Amino acid sequence: MPAVELINISKSYGATPAAREVSLTVEAGELFGLIGPDGAGKTTLFRILTTLLLADAGTATVAGHDVVRDFRAIRNVVGYMPGKFSLYQDLTVQENLEFFAAVFRTTVAENYDLVRDIYEQLAPFKNRRAGALSGGMKQKLALCCALIHKPTVLLLDEPTTGVDAVSRQEFWHMLGTLKARGITIVVSTPYMDEAALCERVALLQEGQVLRVDTPDALRQSYPWPLYAVRAAHMHPLLQDLRAYPDTHSCYAFGESAHLSLAHAAPDAAARLTAYLTGKGHAPVVVAPVAATIEDTFMDLLAQQQPAA
Amino acid sequence: MKAFLMFVRKEFFHIFRDPRTLLILFGMPVALVTLFGFALTNEIKNADVAVLDFDKGAHARQVQNRLFSSGYFGLRDYATTYPDVAAAFRQGHVKLAVVFPVGFSADLDHLGHAQVQLVADASDQNTAISLVGYATSIIRAYAQEQARPTGPAGPRVEAVARLYFNPEMKAAYTFVPGTMALILLLVSAMLTSITIAREKETGTMEVLLVSPMRQLPIIIGKILPYFLLSFLNGLVILGLGVWALHIPQRGSLGLLIGETLLYIFVALALGVLISTRAASQQTAMLISMLSLLLPTLILSGFLFPIASMPVPLQFLSNIIPARHYIVVLKGIMIKGLSLRELWRETLTLAGMGTALLLLALASLKNRLA
Repeated sequence: MPAVELINISKSYGATPAAREVSLTVEAGELFGLIGPDGAGKTTLFRILTTLLLADAGTATVAGHDVVRDFRAIRNVVGYMPGKFSLYQDLTVQENLEFFAAVFRTTVAENYDLVRDIYEQLAPFKNRRAGALSGGMKQKLALCCALIHKPTVLLLDEPTTGVDAVSRQEFWHMLGTLKARGITIVVSTPYMDEAALCERVALLQEGQVLRVDTPDALRQSYPWPLYAVRAAHMHPLLQDLRAYPDTHSCYAFGESAHLSLAHAAPDAAARLTAYLTGKGHAPVVVAPVAATIEDTFMDLLAQQQPAA
Repeated sequence: MKAFLMFVRKEFFHIFRDPRTLLILFGMPVALVTLFGFALTNEIKNADVAVLDFDKGAHARQVQNRLFSSGYFGLRDYATTYPDVAAAFRQGHVKLAVVFPVGFSADLDHLGHAQVQLVADASDQNTAISLVGYATSIIRAYAQEQARPTGPAGPRVEAVARLYFNPEMKAAYTFVPGTMALILLLVSAMLTSITIAREKETGTMEVLLVSPMRQLPIIIGKILPYFLLSFLNGLVILGLGVWALHIPQRGSLGLLIGETLLYIFVALALGVLISTRAASQQTAMLISMLSLLLPTLILSGFLFPIASMPVPLQFLSNIIPARHYIVVLKGIMIKGLSLRELWRETLTLAGMGTALLLLALASLKNRLA
């Protein structure tokens, strides 16, 4: 039995579609990522799974329960962390945790072993109001509160948005620990680097699933020869690269430009260097790179919109 | 059950940790009762009075003694000419002038009747009417005491101004029940509607919904703290009214408390109904202000008598819960009425509360949209 299953789920707000015939299957114990930019429909899918929204069409189950018919059962077994920090800011860390434990008819002591690792980091601040915590601490507390009733499925909507890099890393480490305990985790993120930390990811764009696969398979599926190109001035570099006859696509990627070529050729790098030097760029560095998930995603997007 | 109790405990934390809520809850009632009870009173104490005594006889002196020992008037100017009086009015020194004409005492002794002139500063119309009324009644009383039963017609003193005066019309009698109705409505309905809207606004409602917590315990858990605090508030206002503003409590205390609880229930149901509609605290606040505060102030008979409203507004005032509660409060406290005379209002309130609660439950959402 899959832990989470969506079959042809569609949902629109007025004329704006937020989910278009989304079908996904998440196996029990899996760490599954929903990857996509803002507005891709990630939050809508979470709200349908947490029984907060009714889909216009399609069916979905969580832990074997139908999201419409058995919504009460689902509310007992999922742990949900909304995208916005949603704890009581005027309650202390400890009061928040105790409150959510009571709401789920359990106690902090009963499931303490599950949250121990996380809560011990919060313990020094347990009498501090939740509103006065740092962003990373807030996320840890929210995770604790979502875990306190020992859910079988954990649904985390952009848990690391607005959190510093170190806290993000810690957070993903915690997710790994929870996965090891057998909890199914569905997590969404707009950050492509976090996609690599999931077992399988679904790439979402404008309410549609572009592809579902493991991060490795996604990277390897990238069909073009890819190069990282660096020069002193990024903007003219991009313009000249786009004008290069053999260019398939080209976009800024951190401090370098990622260039994919329409044809593979052994001397491609050398020819490119010569071309750029001729255009007056210096110092030019051209190196072949392995595709990242972001490259795959960009490529899939380009296939969706051939005109762009 | 434990979940419910924790929920109620959490609500108390919200209330006691929010200075604004606390201020509305406990500051406003005391401030309003004090304001309406003391400051906005139209009763008169020690009004400045000028006396222009052309008579200087025994009766004139005695009338003055009566006036100034009444507590309503204080002698400010002892004028000797009319222009003095006029000047005192212009400068705003005095609110009332009492003029005894030449031969006042002699006329009263020999003819049996005499005239006093009362001149009032009518720029403050209400005060002027009250002052003339007080003075007239004091002067009349004096004249009646002088009347000899044997004489054919006892001496009469005629005050030129004549106004109906009702010594029982104390301001606090109308203001305290009105304030109480208003405060209970605000505390119960407004704060309840805001607190549920706050859960929606901050997103905590989203988390609460995705939990085994049902709708009904959430609602009851929200209103229970306000029910208790509103009741406490009601007792404080009643205590202020009875002990500080000297309103009588002639009826049954049990009935008074029962009716107050009923009214709080109506207000809470109204608050829950608003909260099920409002998406944000600001919307809730606006709806509360527009649908509760203003109609209650204007249409409940608190500030403006219902009898003097246009007929459509009189009709509309029937749907204002405060109107019925004010009738009940005045009936029990001032007139000492029992349930036998007040069953109509009681039934109306009970019906309103039930209808509002059913409406609220019907519009309660189990999901986000």
